[in-house]
Amino acid sequence: MARSSRPRRLHLALNAALLPLAITTLLAYVGSVLWSIRISFSNSKMLPKDDWAGFAQFERLFETERWTVSLQHMGILAVVYIGGVIVLGTLMAVFIDQRVKAESWFRTIFLYPFAMSFVVTGLIWQWLFNPGLGLQHAFREFGWTSFTFDWTTRQDLVIYAVGLAMVWQGSGTTMAIMLAALRGVDEEQWKAARLEGVSKPRYYWSIVMPQIGPAFATSFVLLAVALVRTFDVVAIMTHGGPGDASEVPAKFIIDHLFERNNIALASAASVVMLITVFTVLTPLLYWRSKVQARLNTGH
Amino acid sequence: MNSTVSLPTQAVRPRRSAFTPARLGVYAFLISVSAFFLLPLYVMLVTSLKTGPEVREALLFAWPRIPQFGNWHEAWSTACISVACDGIQGGFWNSVRLVIPATILSVFLGALNGYALSFWRSKWGDILFGILMLGAFVPFQVMIYPLVTWFRMGGFYNTYWSILLVHCIFGMPVLTLLFRNYYVSVPHELFMAARIDGGGFWRIFLQLMLPMATPMLIVATILQVTGIWNDYLFGLIFAGKDNYPMTVQLNNLVNTTFGERRYHIDMAATILTSLVPLLIYFFSGRWFVRGIAAGAVKG
Repeated sequence: MARSSRPRRLHLALNAALLPLAITTLLAYVGSVLWSIRISFSNSKMLPKDDWAGFAQFERLFETERWTVSLQHMGILAVVYIGGVIVLGTLMAVFIDQRVKAESWFRTIFLYPFAMSFVVTGLIWQWLFNPGLGLQHAFREFGWTSFTFDWTTRQDLVIYAVGLAMVWQGSGTTMAIMLAALRGVDEEQWKAARLEGVSKPRYYWSIVMPQIGPAFATSFVLLAVALVRTFDVVAIMTHGGPGDASEVPAKFIIDHLFERNNIALASAASVVMLITVFTVLTPLLYWRSKVQARLNTGH
Repeated sequence: MNSTVSLPTQAVRPRRSAFTPARLGVYAFLISVSAFFLLPLYVMLVTSLKTGPEVREALLFAWPRIPQFGNWHEAWSTACISVACDGIQGGFWNSVRLVIPATILSVFLGALNGYALSFWRSKWGDILFGILMLGAFVPFQVMIYPLVTWFRMGGFYNTYWSILLVHCIFGMPVLTLLFRNYYVSVPHELFMAARIDGGGFWRIFLQLMLPMATPMLIVATILQVTGIWNDYLFGLIFAGKDNYPMTVQLNNLVNTTFGERRYHIDMAATILTSLVPLLIYFFSGRWFVRGIAAGAVKG
């Protein structure tokens, strides 16, 4: 595969073939990220400006209440969504792994919401949460008069309603990843553990879970990326409201880019998100690649 | 490192017949979780088949007295989106018009990249690939404004071409990875044999490697069709009014209506919008899961 052995014609073909990749990577990814960083240090309002404002936009950003509130909401969603999906998804995978009948039915049911758009998810849950006609009304008519399910109208609970919709949509993916990992665990271990008198929950908790660490890391990475991108479901289900009780960073950025015409502030916010993502993911990806490398050489 | 994630397959296992309390617990869990996942779909379906007054009077769960399939027809062809009253059929056709070329183009580019990167190793190709893989984790928000500005400068912002290009850009990391991982596992002797037979860069790709990657082509197509169909944010920002995809039209239909909300029509439109990805999901089954697994290898 030495370079010099290739005729000129092939070299040209290869370079031509890699051109779309090069343009996409250098312009669309690297270029746009760099330019966003540049804008975040300017005073741009509606149009990009070339001036230098230092960290003024970042200072303003963290003085903007809507932004700090958005970050808090993302923190809540990190627990509700990432935590909820990983717990529910893992439980579903473990229970499906118990040689159940109609396994493929359960898998199909758990995963189908993932096939649908966040727009659809948002609209369905908006309807279920409808205080006058939705689930609350239905359960009260059944005679459970104290039942409340009006989270989308309440400032303190609306973000959990969004979280619930997201868990509903996303758990199936984690279930699929976990199930694939569980099927890779050697079954002989259960036979040995059972002889030792280890209970099934204990077996999963202490013996199986540590072995599927990379699958947890994978799920976490996918969920974290999805969390930071969360826009559609909020924009559709609650419009960020009531008030700003369900605002999220992605929506803050889009609103400031296109409605409030403050692109420097929006860019500063997006740079903060970029740094957050890479701070959280870099150690995790590094750890996962080391584990993978160890597994590959070990077997 | 790039081992393909194995699918959850049902191994041949001895059948267990005894129904213990633990077994009952397993099924109780799986069935109640299934109820949680199916309930929203059921509510969406029955609501879409009720009459307007019935939605307000009857219970949320109640089966419609006479299923009103006319609602679906109305949502499709006569429901009003602000002033235009032609339903969401326009959005449907916009989505079709977008999904087919965008899928073909992005999958082709992904396959080409994968092929060039795995058989024609070049230093700068590897560097580009490394950067692109990091790009997969960049939050969309960081890239949106620069892309909008550049597209505007190019004179094609808010056109069909702009949304087509955006889907190619954002699809590239996963698709490139998908095909690269596939081609890396192809025996190198095969490639060398083709070279000795006098195959050039493009001939080996088009006549040998592309057809050989049929499984990956299917997975990538499913991934892209559902992904592009379900997209909302990019369609909203880049497509322009004339090309709004179905998801954007759906949200406009539901959330911008004046006067009394017509939940039965909203839900009918929601079902119509989710029909395409749901059908793909139910009929493609395992292939769909493989797409998730492929995305999961990311990073």
